[in-house]
Amino acid sequence: MQYTLLIVLLPLISFIVLGLMDSKWKPQVAGIIGATVLGIITLLSYITAFEYFSFHKINGVYEKLIPMHVEWIRFTQYLHIDLGILLDPISVMMLVVITTVSLMVNIYSLSYMHGEKGFQRYYAFLSLFTFSMLGLVVATNIFQMYLFWELVGVSSYLLIGFYYTKPSAVAASKKAFIVTRFADLGFLVGILFLSFYTKTFDFGVLTSGNASVFASTTGVSFMGLSVMSWAMGLIFIGGAGKSAMFPLHIWLPDAMEGPTPVSALIHAATMVVAGVYLVARLFPVYEVYAPDVLHGIAYVGAFTSLFAAVIACVQTDIKRVLAFSTISQIGFMMVALGVSGYGSHEGLGYMASMFHLFTHAMFKALLFLGAGSVIHAVHSNEMNHMGGLRKYMPITNWTFLIACLAIAGIPPFSGFFSKDEILSACYEFSPYMGGVMTFIAGLTAFYMFRLYFNIFWGKEHKHAHTPHESPFAMAFPLVFLACVTVVAGFIPFGHFVTSDLANYDIHLDYTVAGISVGVAILSIALATIMYRKESEVPKKLATTFAGLHKAASSRFYVDEVYIFITKKIIFNLISTPIAWFDRHIIDATMDGFGGVTQWTSSRIKSFQSGQVQQYAYVFLLGTLFIAALVYFIH
Amino acid sequence: MNFLSLFVLIPALMMMGLFVSKNRKQIQFVMATGAILLVIMSAAVTYMYLTERAAGNLATMLFTADTVWYAPFNIHYSVGIDGISVAMLLLSSIIVFTGVFASWKIDPLPKEFFLWYSLLSIGVYGFFISVDLFTMFMYYEIALIPMYLLIGVWGSGKKEYGAMKLTLMLMGGSALLLVGILGIYYQSGATSMNILEICKTNIPIQAQYYLFPLTFMGFGVLGAMFPFHTWSPDGHASAPTAVSMLHAGVLMKLGGYGCFRVAIYLMPQAAHELSWIFLILTGISVVYGAFSAIVQTDLKYINAYSSVSHCGLVLFAILMLNQTAMTGAVMQMLSHGLMTALFFALIGMIYGRTHTRLITEMGGLMKIIPFFGVSYVIAGLASLGLPSLSGFVAEMTIFVGSFQETDTFHRVLTIVACTSIVITAVYILRVVGKILYGAVQDKHHEHLDPATWYERLSVVTLIVAIFAVGSAPFWISSMISDSVMPVITQLAK
Amino acid sequence: MGDLFINFFSNPVPMEAYLGVSLIMFFAGVYGFLSRKSLLMILVSIELMLNAADINFVVFNRYLYPGQMEGFFFTLFAIAIAACETAVAIAIIINIYRNLTSVEVGELDEMKE
Repeated sequence: MQYTLLIVLLPLISFIVLGLMDSKWKPQVAGIIGATVLGIITLLSYITAFEYFSFHKINGVYEKLIPMHVEWIRFTQYLHIDLGILLDPISVMMLVVITTVSLMVNIYSLSYMHGEKGFQRYYAFLSLFTFSMLGLVVATNIFQMYLFWELVGVSSYLLIGFYYTKPSAVAASKKAFIVTRFADLGFLVGILFLSFYTKTFDFGVLTSGNASVFASTTGVSFMGLSVMSWAMGLIFIGGAGKSAMFPLHIWLPDAMEGPTPVSALIHAATMVVAGVYLVARLFPVYEVYAPDVLHGIAYVGAFTSLFAAVIACVQTDIKRVLAFSTISQIGFMMVALGVSGYGSHEGLGYMASMFHLFTHAMFKALLFLGAGSVIHAVHSNEMNHMGGLRKYMPITNWTFLIACLAIAGIPPFSGFFSKDEILSACYEFSPYMGGVMTFIAGLTAFYMFRLYFNIFWGKEHKHAHTPHESPFAMAFPLVFLACVTVVAGFIPFGHFVTSDLANYDIHLDYTVAGISVGVAILSIALATIMYRKESEVPKKLATTFAGLHKAASSRFYVDEVYIFITKKIIFNLISTPIAWFDRHIIDATMDGFGGVTQWTSSRIKSFQSGQVQQYAYVFLLGTLFIAALVYFIH
Repeated sequence: MNFLSLFVLIPALMMMGLFVSKNRKQIQFVMATGAILLVIMSAAVTYMYLTERAAGNLATMLFTADTVWYAPFNIHYSVGIDGISVAMLLLSSIIVFTGVFASWKIDPLPKEFFLWYSLLSIGVYGFFISVDLFTMFMYYEIALIPMYLLIGVWGSGKKEYGAMKLTLMLMGGSALLLVGILGIYYQSGATSMNILEICKTNIPIQAQYYLFPLTFMGFGVLGAMFPFHTWSPDGHASAPTAVSMLHAGVLMKLGGYGCFRVAIYLMPQAAHELSWIFLILTGISVVYGAFSAIVQTDLKYINAYSSVSHCGLVLFAILMLNQTAMTGAVMQMLSHGLMTALFFALIGMIYGRTHTRLITEMGGLMKIIPFFGVSYVIAGLASLGLPSLSGFVAEMTIFVGSFQETDTFHRVLTIVACTSIVITAVYILRVVGKILYGAVQDKHHEHLDPATWYERLSVVTLIVAIFAVGSAPFWISSMISDSVMPVITQLAK
Repeated sequence: MGDLFINFFSNPVPMEAYLGVSLIMFFAGVYGFLSRKSLLMILVSIELMLNAADINFVVFNRYLYPGQMEGFFFTLFAIAIAACETAVAIAIIINIYRNLTSVEVGELDEMKE
C-alpha cells in the first residue's frame, strides 16, 4: 500500500507550492490547488480504508502494516527516529476523518474566506496543517508523533493568528502555542523516560504486549514514583495539553479567534483529539504498566467534561459555546479510554472512545461550519445579535439541528450510538461514573439546544441587511456532513476498531440507552421552554444563582489564575529579578573588575606627570638611594 | 603546505585584494569572490572527508600536516580535520558568506571594515583546522582582536563600552587558557603541543584538577557560560550586523569546540570528577538566559540572552560525557550558529529601516516588510525547536543523550534544561507578536523599503541551511557522532 | 694639610683637583637641570653635565692609563655628539616656541593625557 505515502506527501507539496507561489496570481488558484489536493488524498484515504479493512485481516485480527519507513536520525544504538507510515485500524480511521473534514473545510473556505487578504497564505497553512496531522496519525514511533505534534501546534498557531492585525487573535495564538508547548514539555520528558527504559520509540514494539520490553522498568523509581507512572503520566500531560483537558484547556476557547473553518477543522474535529489518539495509541502500555495513570485519565476527563459543560451553559459567544462543548466531548472520549480494559468486552470503552471521536469529528465540524455560515450572515459571534434565523437560512438551520440532535444523543443520529457505548462502559466501571457522565450528557443536550434556539428561534434581531443563505460552496459541506452524521451511527464500529484488533459486536444496552435518551429529551424540553420563545426564566435563574452564573461566565477564573502565574510570578517574580540580577550583580561584578583597575591606575597616574624635571629628580633620588644601598651593603 | 591551509590563505588573499581595490565595486567583488570560494572549499572538504571515511580511513584526524615552526619550544604549525571540524568549517563558510552580503553597503570605511572582517575569518578558520594547541591559541587570539575595532568603529549605541567589555572579558578568558595550555604541555611531558600526541600521554591527575577548570573556563567565557556571559548582551547589542552574525554564529562556537577538543579530550579523568560543577553552571545558563530574555526590550539583547541559553545547552551537553549528548552539542553549535546569524541579520536589516531596536516602538511590520516578517518567524520557529528546522534535531539529540545518565542529579538537571523549550517559546512569541503582528506603532514605519537582492540572498541562504540541517539531519549527525568517538574512548580510559 | 700644599705645587696638578672641578660642574648641571624652568637653561645644564663627564674621561685616561688614547677619542666623539644633540635640541625648542610661544618646561605636558 505504497500509495499511502502520497496521502501524507501531497499536502506537503501543496504547502510548499502555495507558500512560495507568486502573490500576483489570482487567490482563487490557491484555493483550487488546496481543495484539489485534498480531494485527491481524501479519495486515496477512502481507498486505503477500503483496502485495509477488507483485505488485511488475518484470523479475524487486523494486522499492523508499515508500508514504508526510513531512518531519519539516530541517537544511540537503540534509539532512532524513523519516519514512516503505520496503518492499523485507528490510524486508518483517523485518515478518513482528517481528510474528510479537511476536504469539507477546504471547499467551505473557498467561499467563506473569499476576498480575505492572505487567502493564499490561508490555504498554505491549511495544507501544512493537513500534512502535519496526517503525519501525526500515521506515526510509526512515538518520536515521529512528537515531531508532527509540534508541527501541528505550529500550524494551529499560524492559523489562529491568521488575522494578525487583530491583537486578540495574536494573543490567542500565543496563548495556544505556549500552553500546548508547556504540555509538550511533559510529553517530551515522558518520551525520554519511556524510551530510556524500553530502549525503543517504536509503537509496534511498545504495544506488542512483549513483557521483556518493559523488563528494565520493574522496581525502578524516580523521586518516589515508578518510572512507568512518570513516563505515562507525563505523556498524558502532552495529550491533555493538545486535547484541552483541565487545567490546560484555557487555550481552546481563545483559539476561536481564528477563522471559523479553522476552528471546525483544527479545534473541533482533528487536532484537539490528538491527545485522545495518543492515549489510544499507547493504550496497551497504559492498561498494563500504568493502570493508576489510566484511572487518573478517567477522572481528569470526567472533571473536564463536567466543568466545560457547565461553562458552556452560560457563554454567549456561539463559537465559545461550541469550544466548551468540544472540551466536554473530548472529556467523554478520555473517560471512555480511562475506564476501558483490554480485550473484547473489557475493551468497550476503547472502542466507544474511538467511535465517539469519529462521530464527534463529523457533527462538531458540522456545527462549526454551521456557526460559520451564521456568522457569515450576521457578521457577529454574539448570540443576542441572532435569533429567528431559521426563516432566512433553511439549510443551515436543518443541518445545525441534525448536529444538535446528534450531540445531544437522540437516536438515530450518530452521537447517540457512540455516547451510549461510552455511558455503558462508564456504568460498568462504576455506577457513580456512569451517573455523572449521564448528567453531563443531559447538560450537553441543554446547552446545545439553548444555542440552537437562540440562533434560529427566539426574538428576531434587527439586522443591517437581511441575512441570506450561504452559497453552494458553504452549503455543500453542511449537507454532506449532515448526511454523514445521520448514517454514521449505523456503522458496525466494533468490526473495525477495537482494543485487541479483533471483532466485537456492539450491543445496545437498553437500560443505559433508555436513561440517556430520557435525560436528553428532558434537557431539550427544558431548553425549549427556556429559549424557544423569549422568556424571563433564564434571567431569573441567573439572578437566583448569581454567584455560580458569574463564575461560570468568567470560566471559573482559570484564565485569571494563569494570568496571575504568567504575569505576576513568571514575569514579575522570576524574569524581572533575574534580568535585574544579571545587570546589577553579575554584570556589575564584571564592570567592577574594570572599575577597580581604572581606579588603581588613576591613583598611580600622578607619577606620570609629564614633567621632565620631576622624572629626573626621582631618577636622581633613586640613583643616590641605590648608590647608598650598595655602599652600605659592602 | 596542506590544502587545509587554503582556508587561511583565501581570507589572506582577500585582504591583499582589498588593499589594492579602489572603489566599493572592487571591494564587493573581492569579498564576494572570496566568500564564494570559501563556501566551495568547505563543500569540497566535506565531500573529500566523507569519501575518505567511506573508504575506511579511521584515523582521528584526516588530512593532517605538520610543519616545525620554532624548534626550541617545540612549536609546530599542524592542521587536520575530523567530522566536527568539517561541520564547523561549513558553518563558518555559510556565515562568512552571508555576513558579506548582509554588510554589502557598509558605511563608512568599507575597505577597512572588510579588512578586519577577513582577518577575523582567518582566525576562525585557522582555529577549526588546527590540531596543535599553540596554533589553535594563536588563531584564537587572531579572531579576538579585530572584534574590538569592528565593534568600536562600526558599531552603534554604547559601542566603545561594548567593544572594550567584550574584548577584555574574552582576553581574560584567553589568559586562563594560556596558563591551561602551557600547563597541559608541560605536565603531559609530550614532545610537541599536538593534541593527538598529548592525548596519548597521561597528565597527572593532580595537575588535571587545576588545568581542567582553567581550560574549561577559558573556553567557557567565549561560550558565554554563566557567570561569564555578560559580554554577550552588551557586545552584540553594539556590534554591526555582520560582526554580530560572525561572532554569535561562529566565534561563540570556538568556546564549545575548545572545551570539547582540549578540556575534555586531554583531561578525561578531571572531566569525570569535576563535570558536576560546570554542569550546574551551564544548567543555570540555559534557564537563566531564557528567563532573562523574556523581559528584555531590545531585539539584540533578547537574541544575545537567547544565545546564552542555547550556547549553555552546548556546554551542558558536552559535559554529559556521552556520545549522543556530545553529538547533540555539536549539532546545536551548528544549528545555533545558523539561526542566531539569521536573527542578527534580520535585526540589523530591520534596524536599518526602522532605526529602532526596541520592541515597544515597533509593531505590524509583517504587513509592511513581509519578507523580513516571514523570515523572522522562521528564525523564531527554528529557535524554539520546530521540527524540520535545525533547532529541533539538535535539542532532541541533546535531551535524549543527557537522559542516558541515570542518576538523579543528571536527570533533574536534564529536565530543568528541557524547560528551556517552553521559556524559549514564550520570548520568541512575545517578540513576534509585538513587532510583526498587531497595528503599526509608528507612522514613519508605514513605508519601509522592501528587501534588496543582497539582503534576500543572505537571509535565504541561511534559511535554506537551517532547513537542510533540520530536514535531513542523518548524514550530519552520523558524521559528527563518528568523530565524537575518540573522545568517548578517551573518557572510558 | 702641609702634604697637600706641597704636592699641589711640586706635582703639576693632582688628579683629585680635576675630579673636584668636574664634580662641581656635574652637580651644577644636575641642579640646573632640576631647578631651571627654561628649556634653554636646561639644555645648558645638560651640556655642563656632559662636559663634566668628558673631563673625567680625559683625566682618567691621562692619569691611570697614560699609554692609551681611548679616553681622548671618546671625549672627542662625545663632544661631536653633544654638538649634534644641541643642534637638534635647539631645533625642537624653536619649534616648541613657535607652537606654544613658551619654552617653560612646566607647561609642556600636552602628551600626558
